[in-house]
Amino acid sequence: MSLILVLPVVVPLATAILCFALRTSRWGRWVSLGGTLLHAAAAFALVAIVSDGTVIAAQMGNWAAPFGITLVADALGAAMVAVTAVTAIATAVYALGDIDAERERLGYHALFQVLIAGVSGAFLTGDIFNLYVWFEVMLIASFGLMTLGARPEQIDGGIRYVTLNLVSTILFLMGVGLLYGMTGTLNMADLSIAVASLEARGPLSVVAVMFILAFGIKSAVFPLFFWLPASYHTPAFAVSALFAGLLTKVGVYALVRMFTLVFDLDTGFTHEILLWVALLTMLTGVLGAAAQSDFRKILSFHIVSQIGYMVLGLALFTPLAIAGAVFYILHHILVKANLFLVAGVAGRLCGSTELARMGGLYRSAPLLAALFLVPAFSLAGFPPLSGFWAKFLIVKASLDIHAWLAATVALVTGILTVFSMTKIWGAAFWTPHPEGLSPEPARLGAGARAALILPIAFLASLTLFIGLVPQPLLGFAEMAGAQLLDPADYIRAVLGDLP
Amino acid sequence: MSPASTTGAPADEARRPSPLAEAAAAWLPVALAAGLFAWFAALLPAVSGGAVLRPTLEWVPSLGIRASLLIDGLSLTFALLITGIGALVLLYSRTYLAGHPHYPRFALFLTAFMLSMLGLVLADDLVLLFVFWELTTITSYLLIGFDHAAAKSRRSALQALLLTGAGGLAFLAGVIIIGTATGTYSLAEILGAEVPLREHPWYLAILILVLAGAFTKSAQFPFHFWLPNAMAAPTPVSAYLHSATMVKAGVYLLARLHPTLGGTEVWFWTLTVAGGFTAVLASLLSVRQTDLKLSLAYTTVMALGTLTLLLGQQGAYAMTAFATFLVAHSLYKASLFLVVGCIDHETGTREAEILGGLARAMPVTALAAALAGLSMAGFPPLLGFIGKELAYAAAVEYSARPYLVGGALLGANVLMVVVAGIVALRPFWRPAPAPLPRTPHEAPWTMLAGPVLLALGGLAFGIFPGLLQGAVVNPTVLGFVGPDTTPAILRLWAGFNAAFVLSLVTFAVGIALYLVHVRLRGLIAAAEARLPDFDTGWDRLMEGLLRFAIWQAQAIQTGRLRTYIAATFGVVAAALAFALLMRGRWPEPAALGAVGWLQLAPVALILAGSAVAALTASRIAALAGLGATGIGVAIVFILWGAPDVAITQLLVETLTVVLMAVAMLRLPHLAADRRPGHGLLALATGTAVGGALLMVLGTPMDRRLSDFFEAASYPDAHGRNIVNVILVDFRALDTFGEIVVVAVAALSALALLRAARTSSGRRAP
Repeated sequence: MSLILVLPVVVPLATAILCFALRTSRWGRWVSLGGTLLHAAAAFALVAIVSDGTVIAAQMGNWAAPFGITLVADALGAAMVAVTAVTAIATAVYALGDIDAERERLGYHALFQVLIAGVSGAFLTGDIFNLYVWFEVMLIASFGLMTLGARPEQIDGGIRYVTLNLVSTILFLMGVGLLYGMTGTLNMADLSIAVASLEARGPLSVVAVMFILAFGIKSAVFPLFFWLPASYHTPAFAVSALFAGLLTKVGVYALVRMFTLVFDLDTGFTHEILLWVALLTMLTGVLGAAAQSDFRKILSFHIVSQIGYMVLGLALFTPLAIAGAVFYILHHILVKANLFLVAGVAGRLCGSTELARMGGLYRSAPLLAALFLVPAFSLAGFPPLSGFWAKFLIVKASLDIHAWLAATVALVTGILTVFSMTKIWGAAFWTPHPEGLSPEPARLGAGARAALILPIAFLASLTLFIGLVPQPLLGFAEMAGAQLLDPADYIRAVLGDLP
Repeated sequence: MSPASTTGAPADEARRPSPLAEAAAAWLPVALAAGLFAWFAALLPAVSGGAVLRPTLEWVPSLGIRASLLIDGLSLTFALLITGIGALVLLYSRTYLAGHPHYPRFALFLTAFMLSMLGLVLADDLVLLFVFWELTTITSYLLIGFDHAAAKSRRSALQALLLTGAGGLAFLAGVIIIGTATGTYSLAEILGAEVPLREHPWYLAILILVLAGAFTKSAQFPFHFWLPNAMAAPTPVSAYLHSATMVKAGVYLLARLHPTLGGTEVWFWTLTVAGGFTAVLASLLSVRQTDLKLSLAYTTVMALGTLTLLLGQQGAYAMTAFATFLVAHSLYKASLFLVVGCIDHETGTREAEILGGLARAMPVTALAAALAGLSMAGFPPLLGFIGKELAYAAAVEYSARPYLVGGALLGANVLMVVVAGIVALRPFWRPAPAPLPRTPHEAPWTMLAGPVLLALGGLAFGIFPGLLQGAVVNPTVLGFVGPDTTPAILRLWAGFNAAFVLSLVTFAVGIALYLVHVRLRGLIAAAEARLPDFDTGWDRLMEGLLRFAIWQAQAIQTGRLRTYIAATFGVVAAALAFALLMRGRWPEPAALGAVGWLQLAPVALILAGSAVAALTASRIAALAGLGATGIGVAIVFILWGAPDVAITQLLVETLTVVLMAVAMLRLPHLAADRRPGHGLLALATGTAVGGALLMVLGTPMDRRLSDFFEAASYPDAHGRNIVNVILVDFRALDTFGEIVVVAVAALSALALLRAARTSSGRRAP
């Protein structure tokens, strides 16, 4: 049991070492892909174990919780690792056609694997300080990936990214310190019990706000999202797809985890804050998207806006809403990563990702056009795609508790998402290329074409499948939501049977 | 849209689909549509006998959503119209767009649209219905924008997408509320419920949301303007989507929910006023057009208004009129659109003022046009006449407001006579005023089959209304008034009654107005120029939205890191201050313990260091200030009994200062740059964080973990230094993670340096 919990962290780290050793060899990329597949095998084994509702835990170094560090997998944690694995496979294959030898030589694959390890560690840890450590691992690996190649705009974006995220790191650390000061523990299951017996509920809510700030920066919510649109359009396409899928969602995951397990005693205060944050995030994000004129910048602002939906699910705090938030996160990772992958192909074919310098893809690359429409309409919440169910759950959860404003904002954001998405479709696909170019996919060469298009098709088919057969994922999300709202199983798995 | 103008650039010619793909695209959809039509026709006997089919599949059990269908008279009528007209339109388009490089795509979209529409009318589950509803929106977006290189097409497609999409989202909210109110999404169960929705406390909300969906989709005022713009699509699309099917989705929804939502004052007034106003306004605008296709587009809006108006009423007569007019309109309107397509295809124009004398060159088309046009004008013995008679009767004899309803119908019908003359008769029978762009011929049979069969349908059902009555109208009407009412009888001669008098008035005034229609057109155009134009209003709305979006994006995303940091810390300070005010608790002074002079010394050092760092213009001085702060912190550790932590702190602090100083020596000098705002911000943030810290220090400390570490460190972990044991044993995973961080930091730095070196090396020569 404990091995399977460690593997999603250890496999990518071991692969990273191998990739570092092989960074000048052309085998590095295949080792990286192999490691990614092994990571996925471990991740899905984990999902299989928890799919009947069990929660498993492993005590690192055999020091019993809460004294050592515990790794835990419940439905949410396992699902997050699995969706990380899917995204990793897609981007690893894509990288075969996107990452040049120069970037490989600089250590692309090692950084990529460390990032996967950090993300997986964050999803599996049951210790709040250990979560902080994984955040740092992610931050430094993502900074390396973002600036790899060192073009001026990359350095520029990288500095914005790392500076603002360091603020989050400091806040997170201070929050952990204050929480430890109040409860004397770092283990999250133990925290859950400790806070319940706490006499000082008010100060706990103040600490909760500090966590909202720290994770809010990480998840790029209003008004803390500056770093994301300032940096996501700069790195290599495979990298931005990986970031778009995963990074902010780790922040959202941490919010969901902490605000169901630990900070669930004063929801009238904390979750009300989250609600307003969510609504403003949805609107400002989508309006920001509408204002952009670069393929990747529009998509970057969409991330912000979509984070709002997930936080809204958490803020509403009903079983349906939490299940909706979980469903939303999982769906969004697949769709958003895919859109950035499409942006990469489109940008390569047209020679730019600036909409004014793109065009003609509908005529010359019909397959790409179709593959864009699937995640694009899914993101906007159109049926029969995964995003429809995600939106349906959130809107229904809002209406069920008469949160009329929340439902309205969710729906209005939906139509504005369509509006901003058609900006891309109109300019890059429908409008002829401004210089009369015909952006032929044939120019890419067969190998690169397969490496770039296959992952896109794979993710799009997942989106379509979830849309047509939503019940399996929805059932899983409902189970995850139920576990989050009643963490008894989680606590028992970590701390054993309590007296 | 003439096919010549939709043909792409020469590059496309090389990319013509393979002959096999072309043949498949040409015939498979036609066969599919025809097959489906036959299948639905085979269901007619059972359904007209009163059977209701409800095949059901579980779909999303956790949400109570099923993939269930509801096949009764109403849905079967729509299904027959969709597949029947669909087959003819698909047959037509393969010739109309022959040789177009994107024809397979077109056939795919059109077929997908047909199936979506079919799903919409057959769905029993409201969520399933909504899924198909949105699919029709997406497919029609692709079809309206088919001529994608033209900016006008793209704009029209987007307009339709956003308007119907926005309405669709309102409808979705309505669906969810209906589901919560009734406990089911099944239409059959909702309609069969003992308490209709109109008696539910949420009735008004549900009604508004459903109407928002239906009115946008069916182009009711004030959402009427998108439909004529949608004529940017190739003519077969207009014939299909914008006459027979998609725009009727809203009407279908209203008809479907009529038994449970209808019958209230607010229902009557909303539908009657919106429908009546839309009908009259659209028929005026129709007369105003000189483009035949646009003229027809407005008559479609008029028909939708009339159908909405009829649905606002109650009783068997109005419902019979609705069913009859629905069928009549679909037949004649699709026929007329296809006729206009033929004219355009053969002559190269569809301008009313240029066309003339086509009857000689295109006799079959002329015949179809005449039959369909007379049905539209409501002349006997065509089905349009019966529909109009029934509508008049419903208005005058059974409506609560006969003058209002009858007046609106009369106005719209009179103008339909005028439009029928302009569109269906004048181009064929008046002498040609000028030579045409192309010499007209009869179109090939594939393009004639549609208009002729549809027009003949209107004639056949007019002469033998019993056919339609038994098979289609009765089951439709019974579908929404319940089995205890009898539908009105369809007949050509219903006696010399009020409805017939109204018909005579309609003909007389209509013909008179037709004779002066050019002057009438001028009057309407003059009036239109003075009224607000919704289409430009739409553009303004879009521009305003975009301007607002850009304004707010620039206000938030300034591009300056300095602003971002300031804003972030501002939010942090404000949020913490807010939290402290709302939930904070001032600690008891006793809980914090006494503070002696010895403890205040490092505090002074820390404060002084911070002040230097903040105020100096020299990097090195600032660094030294920060170093002093760090030393102050180390002293704090010593004072509170953690000498090893203090040593670590001192080492790290010293190393950091030295390394950074080395790096900074190479940086240019800072310009003196004092920002009091930033100083205040830093002060505020520090105060807020300090407040939170004090508050926490005021709560009792739980020493479970420390006690355990002290107790277990030596006996269990075999280490005497507790901090070391924590780092390498109790919490080894953290240390491992931090090692990874350091290693990756080194790797990234190396990569940056190497990349910088190669790129500067590249730049140098």
